[in-house]
Amino acid sequence: MAKELWKGNEAIGEAAVRAGCDGYFGYPITPQSEVPEYMSWRMPQVGRVFLQSESEVATINMLYGGGAAGKRVMTSSSSPGIALMQEGFSYMAISEVPCVVVNCMRGGPGLGTIQPGQSDYMQATRGGGNGDYYNVVLAPCNMQETVDFVQEAFDIADQYRNPVMVVVDGLIGQMMEPIEWHDVPKRDIPPKTWATTGKHGRDHTNVIQSLEIDPESCNATNGRLHQKFMEMKKNEVRFDAENCDDAEVVVVAYGTPARIVMSAMKELREEGVKVGLFRPITIWPYPTEQLRKLAGEDHVKNFLVVEMSEGQMVEDVDFAVQGQKPITFYGVSGGAIPTIEAIKEHVMALLKEAK
Amino acid sequence: MAIVYQKTKGLQDTELHYCPGCHHGIAHKLIAEVMDEMGILDDAIGICPVGCSVFAYKYFNCDMQGAAHGRAPANASAIKRLLPDSPVFTYQGDGDLASIGVAEIVHAAMRGEKFTTFFINNGIYGMTGGQMAPTTLIGQKATTCPSGRTVEQAGRPIHMAEMLSTLEGVAYSTRVCLTDIPNIMKAKKAIRKAFEMQMAKKGFTFVEILSACPTNWGLSPIKSLDWIKNDMIPVYPLGDIKDIDKEVAKDA
Repeated sequence: MAKELWKGNEAIGEAAVRAGCDGYFGYPITPQSEVPEYMSWRMPQVGRVFLQSESEVATINMLYGGGAAGKRVMTSSSSPGIALMQEGFSYMAISEVPCVVVNCMRGGPGLGTIQPGQSDYMQATRGGGNGDYYNVVLAPCNMQETVDFVQEAFDIADQYRNPVMVVVDGLIGQMMEPIEWHDVPKRDIPPKTWATTGKHGRDHTNVIQSLEIDPESCNATNGRLHQKFMEMKKNEVRFDAENCDDAEVVVVAYGTPARIVMSAMKELREEGVKVGLFRPITIWPYPTEQLRKLAGEDHVKNFLVVEMSEGQMVEDVDFAVQGQKPITFYGVSGGAIPTIEAIKEHVMALLKEAK
Repeated sequence: MAIVYQKTKGLQDTELHYCPGCHHGIAHKLIAEVMDEMGILDDAIGICPVGCSVFAYKYFNCDMQGAAHGRAPANASAIKRLLPDSPVFTYQGDGDLASIGVAEIVHAAMRGEKFTTFFINNGIYGMTGGQMAPTTLIGQKATTCPSGRTVEQAGRPIHMAEMLSTLEGVAYSTRVCLTDIPNIMKAKKAIRKAFEMQMAKKGFTFVEILSACPTNWGLSPIKSLDWIKNDMIPVYPLGDIKDIDKEVAKDA
């Protein structure tokens, strides 16, 4: 299939269309506004629903309503907007309503900046709203992965009846890259017999709601959901390891920083430096076991975590490595982007330390 | 023997949890009867709020969603867009609709979303134990205005049916009460009209129902009816505030 040049945010919209998204609901926010702009004409063109909401609070509840009615629904937003949606994620998690949410992350806190960021890591990977729950969070590092993951996200959401997030950053949203519209893996999705579609002859009412007033029953529901989250942990971990077989320094990075690490790694490898990249592709569930195993390898002397935040992922790396090897952090936040030079300097400094 | 009256198929057999003298039960019954009589029960999707009617999903005999506090119109907007031929209604109290959910109801109405909202106005937060609502009357006591609501402290009561009627997307906005048989019959007519206009895709339809909360008003059920008549109705007058069918008829 021929490669096509697409702008990130528009490709995200098109990927959703190809995944059979029935309804897109969204609110403008930089740097993702091209998604609702694209969907505003594209969805009606294929006879589906586009609706610009009055707020992100309304948006996420539109997903709740539409997803609970058995339809494939999606929104996209950026950090402050995603923060406003957290209540809805929580409701959908306990009510078991599937939806896909793309977070085109920017620097924070607060309004912060419209430039790329990764400081929503904790919010994305720890649930974000109230209560015990998780979302599967896919973190692509280029346009091809982004369009593939957005399509797969609908199946993952339907399989587990849970929200799925795709986190990119402003860079991926705004840049243009060649992509291929190839087939993505499809899953067997059972019919949505639980959906509130109207009874249409069914002998019982379908109810989607989140109230569990009886503590015993709420505890039982949480226990059942926890089993589901453990299933996700077992089945959905994705990661990529490059040059890790002999690496003395392993850089851990995801999304755009991973791309920059790849460039730094290429230059360092040409200079004979044994550096590798461990790239979590799902940031929840986290590739803990895989990273732990790597930490146990004799050739690995040091880990360097590179992020566009003040080190939010370090906690997960620390938990995986379990003190087997030292961990150093290099990060920039608030819209700044890590440089190849700085990554190289950090790697070289770690190697010197190890010797 | 001919059956002259029986419980509507629109309600399940679940026992209602509402307090003695509360009007939720009557409002539920009327909505359920109308859906059954119109033959739309089997297709309907209802959305219940956070508040005393949070359990309404157990009572209505149709598919139900339980929304986050104030967000039922967002759920309903999405459902109706995705399933445009399904009858869709939200059932919301005054804390839910007139306080935390104002943005959602106003924008659903502005867009002329083709669903129906039943707004239960009892001038108080019931479920949480009688706090002041945006609809609480001046001078009315509540647990967060123990000496009575004052204009200085909390402004004047909000008139949702009138406010929403100014939006062009609204086809029907009316206010009813349930204090006696004639008013209950009028309320039922209003509920039916709202559903009919929804099914004819005429626009957003809104029925505000003045409702008694004897428990949190600190009044007996009987005195509560008097309070609705003597205190609430002067502030919240009954009747159609907007009916585009009548406007069309007038213009013709």
